[in-house]
Amino acid sequence: MSVQTKKQTTDNPKIIGRLLLVVVAMFGFGFALVPLYDVFCDVTGLNGKTGDKVNFETAPTVDESRLVKITFLASLNESMPWEFKPQQNFIEVHPGKPTTINYIAKNISSKSIVGNAVPSVSPGLAAAYFQKTECFCFTQQELKAGEEKIMPVTFIVDSELSDEINEIALSYTFFISKQNNEDLADNNLTAKSINTFK
Amino acid sequence: MNAVVEEHHDHDHKPTGIGRWLFSTNHKDIGSMYLWFAFTMFFIGGALALLIRAELFQPGMQIVEPEFFNQLTTLHGLIMVFGVIMPAFVGLANWQLPMMIGAPDMALPRMNNWSFWLLPGAFGLLLASLVMSLMGLGSAPNFGWTFYAPLSTTYGPDSTDYFIFSVHLMGISSVMGAINVIATIMNLRAPGMTYMKMPIFVWTWFITAYLLIAVMPVLAGVVTMMLTDRNFGTSFFDAAGGGDPVMFQHVFWFFGHPEVYIMILPAFGIISSIVPTFSRKPLFGYSSMVYATASIAFLSFIVWAHHMFTTGMPVAGELFFMYSTMLIAIPTGVKVFNWISTMWRGALTFETPMLFAIAFIFLFTMGGFTGLMLCIAPADFQYHDTYFVVAHFHYVLVTGAAFSIMAAVYFWLPKWTGNMYDEKLGKLHFWLTCISANVLFFPMHFIGLAGMPRRIPDYALQFAEFNQIASVGAFVFGFSQLIFLYVVIKCVRGGEKATDKVWEGAHGLEFDLPSPAPFHSYTTPPVVK
Repeated sequence: MSVQTKKQTTDNPKIIGRLLLVVVAMFGFGFALVPLYDVFCDVTGLNGKTGDKVNFETAPTVDESRLVKITFLASLNESMPWEFKPQQNFIEVHPGKPTTINYIAKNISSKSIVGNAVPSVSPGLAAAYFQKTECFCFTQQELKAGEEKIMPVTFIVDSELSDEINEIALSYTFFISKQNNEDLADNNLTAKSINTFK
Repeated sequence: MNAVVEEHHDHDHKPTGIGRWLFSTNHKDIGSMYLWFAFTMFFIGGALALLIRAELFQPGMQIVEPEFFNQLTTLHGLIMVFGVIMPAFVGLANWQLPMMIGAPDMALPRMNNWSFWLLPGAFGLLLASLVMSLMGLGSAPNFGWTFYAPLSTTYGPDSTDYFIFSVHLMGISSVMGAINVIATIMNLRAPGMTYMKMPIFVWTWFITAYLLIAVMPVLAGVVTMMLTDRNFGTSFFDAAGGGDPVMFQHVFWFFGHPEVYIMILPAFGIISSIVPTFSRKPLFGYSSMVYATASIAFLSFIVWAHHMFTTGMPVAGELFFMYSTMLIAIPTGVKVFNWISTMWRGALTFETPMLFAIAFIFLFTMGGFTGLMLCIAPADFQYHDTYFVVAHFHYVLVTGAAFSIMAAVYFWLPKWTGNMYDEKLGKLHFWLTCISANVLFFPMHFIGLAGMPRRIPDYALQFAEFNQIASVGAFVFGFSQLIFLYVVIKCVRGGEKATDKVWEGAHGLEFDLPSPAPFHSYTTPPVVK
């Protein structure tokens, strides 16, 4: 044993300490991946994530020579008791020109529900060039029982958009907001309660 | 040398009764407990697998409900990965590392005790959910061993919280085991044993331990996020609250890919110990083996998204993960060629451990090749989530990792018990296992390529024949393991005495110790030249 003790360059507590530090750091790294992932997607536009509200100080130049077709999609998370669709299925726009279109949402349940819409743009690489100046997805939307509401989106397709992309699909999915999960649990409306029911 | 050890042997203060096991700080006792634990879990996980194969024997619903089938696939995967392969390797490390590096015991014996005794708790929780499911008290985890959100968050059964806590405990256990391995290897090597003189099994475990320390905390992190998503209103993986379910897959596979190398690197070490012994030649390309192991470990951190080609990644991402995954074939190929070169012109004999080792080399390489097929992104769109993937990972985990564990047990059992195992029965076990494993897993390649999805209890009629063949193989494979159990018990109880060297071509410090190895290994460190 004595030979080994002399040979030791680092004693056990030091090794344990250092390795535990790595353990804590890697545990933190797991959580750090969450914001890193968002930053990565924002920067690269991967994953079809669109950015937050864009404010133009000067009107962007309109590229009259080009038309881009925007297709509108609407879907509901499975347990969402709403009706939700775009007023028109597609529109052709010149890049740089602000355009407003409407979605229509209707609450067909007997309760007031807060929902939030999550946008997604496909192809993912176009996401960074699809800029929304006004959108119902920026805030939570509340619909009372039976209420119908027109939900406008104003957007500009950046004229820097690659020539290879001539069609963009914009999709919204409405989710039941976590804000009202509690009240709705009794109503078998939330995903969790539906699962329990099954 | 031997005289010194034997003299000391008489002064072993072996505790008696249940306390010997509960409070054990002895690397051999703890190693044995790990191995028996893994063996028990192997039979439990195997029983679940046989239920799965019985259900899939014919198309249509036969024995179990679809909901229960999902619980079977989930628990089978979790038990085999976390309850069999990983604890068995830790058990082998406990037994072998101190003997191989000339140490008296592991560096942190009390922590060693704790890291083992967390496991029965962890699996007690996990299996409790299965027992409750059988009693009709709700579902056991049913989302696959990869527990993708939202299946495990929004839609997870109540028992998911049992699962989460169980994974936490397994993670703590693995991390403590890994710290112990690193401290032992860094501090307790015999004088003269430099890093580049360590046996390959020690090297592979050294690197595996670092992998464990790097990724088990990430697994703990991801299940913690699940826990708060489920119970405390966070939205890490919930799109409704601004989270992203795809991110779950990224974080999970950041753990999950290094995890698959955690389950194979020690196997490489075992095969690298066995092949030279029965070829009566030193290992070919020792240093290239070390560097290959280290490169595989490094590459394992940058390939995770090859599990996610179909999530809608951009082409640049698919190409990056495709090429980086293909790179892993190079260091792995180095290893396979080294093993073959070691055998080349050797004086080969084919005792049971060698048979398992040769089967490992051949069948693991096949699993590696199907891995290469899967890493080709455009082709993966066809293979993704089919039985082809099931065939692939069972070739690397059963005929790979599990075969290496069986080889290791046959190889070192005489050293552990002092008795030779029954060679005839060992060979019978090998041939039954090897043939039935191929009958079981080989047809899965075909049904996978033909489009049968994994994790389903029913399938289209045209897949019936291959599924029947696989099911027959499964039952032969499963019951063959009873022979293994019998051979091990018989060997522990007695038999022809093993010599200290055990095998004619054996090398290494563990074979300088008497058989059975004394309770405390090297109390006086040997000098390595």
